[in-house]
Parts: sequence; C-alpha cells; structure tokens
Amino acid sequence: MKFDTPAQTNPIDRMRLVGRAHPRIDGPLKTTGSATYAYEHRDVVTNPAYGVIVGSAIGKGRIARIDLTVAERAPGVIAIVIAENAGKLGKGKYNTAKLLGGPDIDHYHQAVAVVVATTFEQATAAAALVRVEYAQSEGRFDLEEALKTAPLAKDPNSPEKQGPPESRTGDFEQAFARAPVKLDELYTTPDQSHSMMEPHASIAAWNGDKLTMWTSNQMIDWGRTDLATTLGIPKENVRFVSPYVGGGFGCKLFLRSDAVMAALGAKAAGRPVKVALPRPFVPNNTTHRPATRQRIRIGATADGNILAIAHESGSGDLPDGQPETATNQTRLLYAGANRLTSMRLAVLDLPEGNAMRAPGEAPGLMGLEIAMDELAEKLGMDPVELRVRNDTQVDPEKRDRPFSQRNLVRCLREGAARFGWQRRSPSPGAVRDGNWLVGMGMAVAFRNNMNIPSGARVRLGQDGRVTVETDMTDIGTGSYTIIAQTAAEMMGVDIEKVLVRLGDSAFPVSSGSGGQFGANSSTSGVYAACVKLREAVAQRLGFNSAEATFAHDQVLAGNRSAKLIDAVRDGELVAEDKIEWGGLDKSYQQSTFGSHFVEAAVDGFTGEIRVRRMLAVCAAGRILNPLTARSQVIGAMTMGVGAALMEELAVDKRRGFFVNHDLAGYEVPVHADIPHQEVIFLDEADDKVSPMKAKGVAELGICGVAAAVANAVYNATGVRVRDYPVTLDKHLIGLPAIS
Amino acid sequence: MANPVDSEVSRRGVLVGGTATAMIGILPSGQVQAQSARSDAARQDFGVSFEVNGKPYSLQLDTRTTLLDALREHIHLTGSKKGCDHGQCGACTVIINGVRINSCLTLAVMHQDDRITTIEGLGTPEQLHPMQAAFVKHDGYQCGYCTPGQICSAVAVLDEIKAGIPSHVSADLTSPPALTNIEMRERMSGNICRCGAYSNIAEAIAEAAGSKT
Repeated sequence: MKFDTPAQTNPIDRMRLVGRAHPRIDGPLKTTGSATYAYEHRDVVTNPAYGVIVGSAIGKGRIARIDLTVAERAPGVIAIVIAENAGKLGKGKYNTAKLLGGPDIDHYHQAVAVVVATTFEQATAAAALVRVEYAQSEGRFDLEEALKTAPLAKDPNSPEKQGPPESRTGDFEQAFARAPVKLDELYTTPDQSHSMMEPHASIAAWNGDKLTMWTSNQMIDWGRTDLATTLGIPKENVRFVSPYVGGGFGCKLFLRSDAVMAALGAKAAGRPVKVALPRPFVPNNTTHRPATRQRIRIGATADGNILAIAHESGSGDLPDGQPETATNQTRLLYAGANRLTSMRLAVLDLPEGNAMRAPGEAPGLMGLEIAMDELAEKLGMDPVELRVRNDTQVDPEKRDRPFSQRNLVRCLREGAARFGWQRRSPSPGAVRDGNWLVGMGMAVAFRNNMNIPSGARVRLGQDGRVTVETDMTDIGTGSYTIIAQTAAEMMGVDIEKVLVRLGDSAFPVSSGSGGQFGANSSTSGVYAACVKLREAVAQRLGFNSAEATFAHDQVLAGNRSAKLIDAVRDGELVAEDKIEWGGLDKSYQQSTFGSHFVEAAVDGFTGEIRVRRMLAVCAAGRILNPLTARSQVIGAMTMGVGAALMEELAVDKRRGFFVNHDLAGYEVPVHADIPHQEVIFLDEADDKVSPMKAKGVAELGICGVAAAVANAVYNATGVRVRDYPVTLDKHLIGLPAIS
Repeated sequence: MANPVDSEVSRRGVLVGGTATAMIGILPSGQVQAQSARSDAARQDFGVSFEVNGKPYSLQLDTRTTLLDALREHIHLTGSKKGCDHGQCGACTVIINGVRINSCLTLAVMHQDDRITTIEGLGTPEQLHPMQAAFVKHDGYQCGYCTPGQICSAVAVLDEIKAGIPSHVSADLTSPPALTNIEMRERMSGNICRCGAYSNIAEAIAEAAGSKT
C-alpha cells in the first residue's frame, strides 16, 4: 500500500480499541520474569559456551603483539578469536568503526579478542590472561581544540545533502546587526551514554553455513544485513531473533561487537556461543551521543518578533562519522525572515558517536531553549508569550510549505494554565521556601515525524484468531500492544484474539524501532496487511470488500452478515503487505510538538537541585494507546532530567576514553530524583502522515526537557548555566546571599 | 585504613582454588605461567544447597559463580536480570530469607541453607502477585529488563517499612516509618529504570501497599 494522498475515513477511526489505554499484552510475561531476552534462550540453545570480549586498553594506535599462550591454556578455554585468526571481515553499512580491532585500534574498548570457554567464570578469568602489547599513537580527543580547524559538515539526513553545508534564508548578518535586541551565547552539551538496562547480548548458533542469532537489536534487518556484510556471507544465511529488547534508545540500532564476536566465537568453537557486553564496556565499546558546542544568535524587535536567528553547532566523531545534527529544529521551529544554520564536524578518536534518543533535537533544544529563555528576559517578556509570538504555520525556509498540523500554541497555553505558570516570578532568585530557592521554567518540545516502509503478515486461523508477524521490535515502546490493537480494530475481533509475533527476520521487514517512527510506521504496515486480509475474507464470503465492515467477530455488507470464522472454514487466510510512503512529507512538513513545564528547588546553602513538578503537553497526532504513550513521555522526561542535571561522559583527553563508564560513575536519574509527572495529549488525528493518523512521541518527550529544567533552576537562583549538566558546582558561588 | 595490597590479598585468599587466576594481576609477570598452571590443578567445584522459590537445589559450583549466575545459568531461572554485574543497577535483586540483595554481588557458595525468592517465586503470568498486577495496571515498566528487580525490591521495601527499619529520609529513627511516597522513592533508588517508569512504579507500589500517596 502506498500512502500518497491524505487518509480518508477508515476502520481505525472507529477507535474501538485503537486510542484506548490498554495495558501491555506482554505485561504478565515481563513482570514475572518470563519474557526471554537475548542471553536467555535456553529453550532453543541448550549447550552454549561462553564468550568474553577483551577490549582495547588504548584509545588510538595499534596492536604490536598479542600473546594468547597463557590464556589458551587456562581451564575450560575452547577458542580465542582475534583479528589475526578471524579471517577477512567486512564492515557494516551502519558502523563507523570496525567491530573487531587489530592491528589498528580506532578507539578505547574496541574489541580485540573474544575468549570462549565452557563456563562464564572460566572465560572471564582467561580473558584477563590475554596479553596485548600496544603501540599507542597520538589521538585527537579534545572537541574544543579540534573544532578550531574542523570543516563545515552537511546534514546526512537532509534532502539537500549535495547542497551547501550551510542553510541560509534572507540575510542573517545584516538583520542581526540591525536588531534592537540581541542574544549571542555559547551552549555546550556533553557526551552522553544511552545506558539502557540490558547491555548488548547475543547467542550465535551455526548450522552448517546458516547462522541464527538471538540478540538484542532495535532494527532487525539492519543488524542482519550488516552481520552478513561483516562476515562475508549471504544475508539469506543469517537469521536474527529479538523478541524482547531490554532498552535501546539508539544504542541497539546497529550491529555491535557482541553479535560479531558471538558469531566468530561460535564458528571457532564449533558450538553455540553467548556473549554479553560487560556494563563497563557499554560507553566505550558501543556508541554514545556526541558532545556539542553551539553558538546561538537571535536578534528581535523590542516587542519580541524574531528578525534573525543563527544556530551553529560543532561536534566530533571518528573518521567518516557524522555530525550531531543539533541545528535541525532551528530551521523549522520559530518564525523569522533571516536565518542561518550550520554544523562543523571534527575528527575525534573517541568511541563512535551516533544516534541517541532524539539525535539532533535533544542536544539542539538544550541550547536553543535556554537561548529563548534568555531572550525573553532581555525583552522583559514572558517566555511562553515569546514562543507564541514567534509561532509559524509554515516552513520558515519555504513559506509555501505548511505544517501538516501544528498545535504548538495550544500546547503552550494549555501547559501554562495547567501548571500554574502565572504564579512564576519573572525575577529570578525571588521565591523561597525555607532554605530552598524555588523556580519555574519551560521549554518547547519539537521533533520531526519520520515514516519508514514497514511490512507485516496477518493470518486468520480456523480458530478465529488473528496472528500478526513482522520483524518490528518492542524495546519498551509498547509495539506488541499497539500492533494487537491495530489488528483487532481492523479485523473486528477482541484484542485477546490477536497473537503478535515480533523481532524475527523470518517475518516481513518492518520499520524497526528508532527515530520515533516505529509506532506509526509499523502499525501502518499492519493496517496495510489487514486491508488485504479483509479483502480476502470478503472474497471468500462473496461480499463486496469496499462496503464490508468488520466488528464483533462478524462481517457485514449491506443487509448481509456472516461470522468472520465462516471465511476460514475451508482453510486459513494469510495476507502480507507493506506500507510505502509517497511525497506528502515534501508538500507538508510533518512534525510533533509539545511544551514542558518544570518546577525546581535549589538548596540555598549547598546548591543541590531537586525537581519538584513536571508537566508535558504533547501534540503528536492520534495517540494509539494513551497508557503506553504516556510512559514513553514520562520516561523521556526522566532522561531529560538526567541530561539537565547529571549525565556526562567525562573525557580523558590524554588517554582518549570515557572515564566514568559504568552506572556508578555515569549517573542517571533514580527513583528519588523524579517527582510525579503529568502528561497531556492534545486530541489530534493527522491525516497527512499515515492511515493511522498518528505520529511518534518517544523522542518528542525528551526534547526541551533539559532546557526547561535549566530554566527553572535559573529562575530559582538567578545564576545562568550554559554548560550542561547543570551541577551545583557551576552555580554555587553565585547563589543569592542567605538572609 | 588497611594497606590496600594486603587487604586485597587476604580477601582473595579466603576464596580458595578457583580464584587463583584473579591473583595474577598483582603478581610479577614472571610468575604468571606458574600461577596459571597451578590454578588448573587447584580449581575445584564446591557443593552448596539452598532453596529457591520453595524448591531445594543442590549444586556443584565454581566458587567464583555469583548467586545471579547460579540462578540464571545453572538453575535456568532467568527472571533475575544482569544489568551491570557490579551492584550498581538493582536488576538482579532477589529476596534471601526475607531480605533483598543484589544477587550479582554475592557468591552462590555463600548461601548454604538459604531461602531464596526470585521474581518467578512471587507469581506467574496466570496468577500474578499483587505487586506484579499493580505494575501491569500502572504501566510501571517499559522494556521490562529492570522490572523483576524493581518488583522484588518493592515487595521487600514494604516489609522493611512494616518492620520499622528507618531510611535516609525517615524524619525520626525511633518512630515507625510511614508508607509515604518519599520513603518508597528513597528505598527504591537502588533499582535503576533507564526507561524512566519511576512515576508509574511509585503509583504501582502505592496501590500494592494499600496507601493513597
């Protein structure tokens, strides 16, 4: 099914099941420890050996010599694979650095060996006996230094990727020079770690030249394809199975070393091998969100109309890597005739930078939305009013291109009213509650909608049950549940009659989970397959499929009706289709919007920061399941609090690695850090985006949160911090005197 | 503070045989081979018996095997999760003799005759424990990986409060702690949920505790 004209009324609009808060259908499994994650497929792999990865101890250089003699003689060791004996390996399309290092080392903790032994303890002990001599070379580890000579970079996702690396509209320099009110500041965001709860893990089993991988991956087809490329074998010989994924946030978008080393280890050992990355490998062995340095300039009239806006961001990555697209939202979010955005990309020899929840917008709005708060203060204007004043209903760079739907102003107004924004003091440092300084802050959330082709197969069995098969993944997003809701709605059955099978490359290729495209794209694929299945049912029953309606296990057409199960009396029906996307995203800018409101308290003596209240209002098309969508948003708000107040991978600029590479050193929010959170979804249905009329929320939820927290802290203290995370050492010295 | 090298040796010295390889890191490199060869001969499994979810188990285990790995890799109860293996995340939380513990931070052979309850021992998909049912109702999870640890912790937290054990946020060490939101958030803070379901988990625990906060 090709989606190239706005959606008409369709069976989803009944919203008998879609749009309802249904508890997760996988909930009983997850809460009882019965859901099987990557390392746990004991039922199908009964005799695995254990692989433990050895990571590079240097950031840049080469391996001079590896001595395996001691390790090979250690108890239980079956095989050791290193680059020298692994055979020729390719590199996956989505990998920047190779996943098995040697002789050249590209980054710290790059895998250099996997030790396979009978038990985990033996493999762990033997891995410590692998002796690696390195020849360390000079690396580039300092972003600020490297950006001084870094070239401009093109946006890898932009349709104009062949065009100039800067985006310009009007004449920014001239308009900024003339603007009566000006802001020109530098904002910095640190490297961040996804730190999902389940570290990457894989079990590999060879059967002749066929390889099955039980793994933890957001994008089954990308992973499968890249593993085949890496191993130099046909894609058809690789099967990926990933029914449950213990979090990803972008860190499991790609093939990683656990899968490659398990496959190589299993080949060498002649038996199935399982490999999990140790927690301290996650930040340096895998990917992270790159640090940014963002210069933002805004010029406005005295009454708050933006005349000129420039956002220039710099980030770093390994050779052939990509920029963190932190200027994305600035091209679309606010009005203003004169605009400039650009990115610089420095080559760094730190581990691979890549997508983490809302890549681009999450760090970009950390800068931009503090800048807007600062501009509002310069103007003597309410921060909500400044945003309302500069709303735009069209793409500011191409004014004949409207947004498909843009209810940002409603998000702002409704959020302000619900939060009690009118009680905020416009002068910072003015509100006290005992020893606490109290403030309120807000920020806009913005994230584009992306659609990805997505396929599914649906089967109507002779027992009247509907089975959906797609290689879509559920990484905590609720895919199982919203796909069941979609199929049940389309086929007119109860949700209990739908079985959803996910995460297996034996099923049709889906969108996968990422970029907040999963919910809308994958359910649209299921919608397409169900339309085909409905046609097959109608044909069997001799009904005109165009006028058939499906409800309560019945099919109705005109004054005729039949039981759904009658259609499969002579055999089950199977239909497969995929959704493909036409050009509606060219004629309409498709985005999601929100507002975040935060109340923070700062200890007047110690500078300790506590978040007291949080509210998000989201406009993201039809919300397929308000219960699981709300969870996506509160989870993103939580990660936003982490970004605001604590998350930072500390770079050792001499040795070239992230020092705090575990959950004790890399701090993420815990229960005590997070207050009760409120989320409101505007009642929308966007017919330009898909037959589901839905968009994503999982990344929208984090966009702007950190700035809202930082703005609340500023409102409490009067000390502006532009260097994330906002930790107490950065504002302690400037706190108001305690009277 | 004791000499760190001495205490390191003596701590490891307690764990005979199988941990000999772990000592290599503190030996001059010339001794590596001799030490390794000795570990080969000296490695021994150790017998241990304990009860898991009401069922008795007798295992022969490498002395280095953590309780978490004994549960997951030897008894095949994979509900307890390995999130960090360093006691930093709480995903491996189980209840031993009524008290919660990070099972990755304790060796299996230390648990002779202990009564261990894992997530599988609280309820089944068909018959959920009230805490499990509350997590489903309030969507107190997303990816599900920290969830068994959160639920085991939550069940034990309610017992700790009932037993009058104070926490960092208890206003008064002598009067019984209350079932407040802040008490539960403080006590649950050893269980990280990166999906960020905290607000919902708090509501699930409050419902299971029968409190309104």
